[in-house]
Amino acid sequence: MARSIKKGPFVDQHLIDKVERMNATGQKRPIKTWSRRSMILPDFVGHTMAIHNGKTFISVFVTENMVGHRLGEFAMTRAFRRHGAATDKTVSLK
Amino acid sequence: MPRIFGVEIPGRKRTEYALCSIYGIGLTLAREICEKSGIDPAKKADALNDEELSQISKLLQTEYRTEGDLRREISGNIRRLISINSYRGSRHRRGLPVRGQRTQTNARTRKGPRKTVGAVRGKEARAAAKSGK
Repeated sequence: MARSIKKGPFVDQHLIDKVERMNATGQKRPIKTWSRRSMILPDFVGHTMAIHNGKTFISVFVTENMVGHRLGEFAMTRAFRRHGAATDKTVSLK
Repeated sequence: MPRIFGVEIPGRKRTEYALCSIYGIGLTLAREICEKSGIDPAKKADALNDEELSQISKLLQTEYRTEGDLRREISGNIRRLISINSYRGSRHRRGLPVRGQRTQTNARTRKGPRKTVGAVRGKEARAAAKSGK
């Protein structure tokens, strides 16, 4: 079920603070964040976010099209290492 | 057979069901259209006169998104998801389910017929598989 519009978008307060500080001083540095659950607000456009994927930070440049999505949607948490690829290790097991 | 909206040719069914053969019109919208244009939904589509047909197509053009427009909108939405590199976009790109369904089993609608993948054994075979890719 979708979130009630009455509540407005959810963004972690510490992330809002960071972005506002950046906007106030007009600087553009990557914003490191763990807050994958935060929704991308129009204010974020043009910033580079370093989004944690559980292991490292993935830097994502926020564009206008991304508004309304969550930060986590842009930093994959799983790396797919294709099927059926026999390495030397798997062959020696046999 | 009456023609509505260019190429749509609903058959000898009740109007409410005949309208469902238009892409983007289901039973709910079909009944809504019948109500708005004052047509008896039980009337056979063949029996509709020109005036009623033009009324329906006018309604379809002004109030609903159907056929080509709807298809374009949907594919546009998918293209957007892919272009912004979102998780949902990547699922579309790979032809896997988008909304978090399991993929260990099932998901055949998205994945299509089963394809067997297995380990390539032997050094030469592996080299061949690698260069083939």
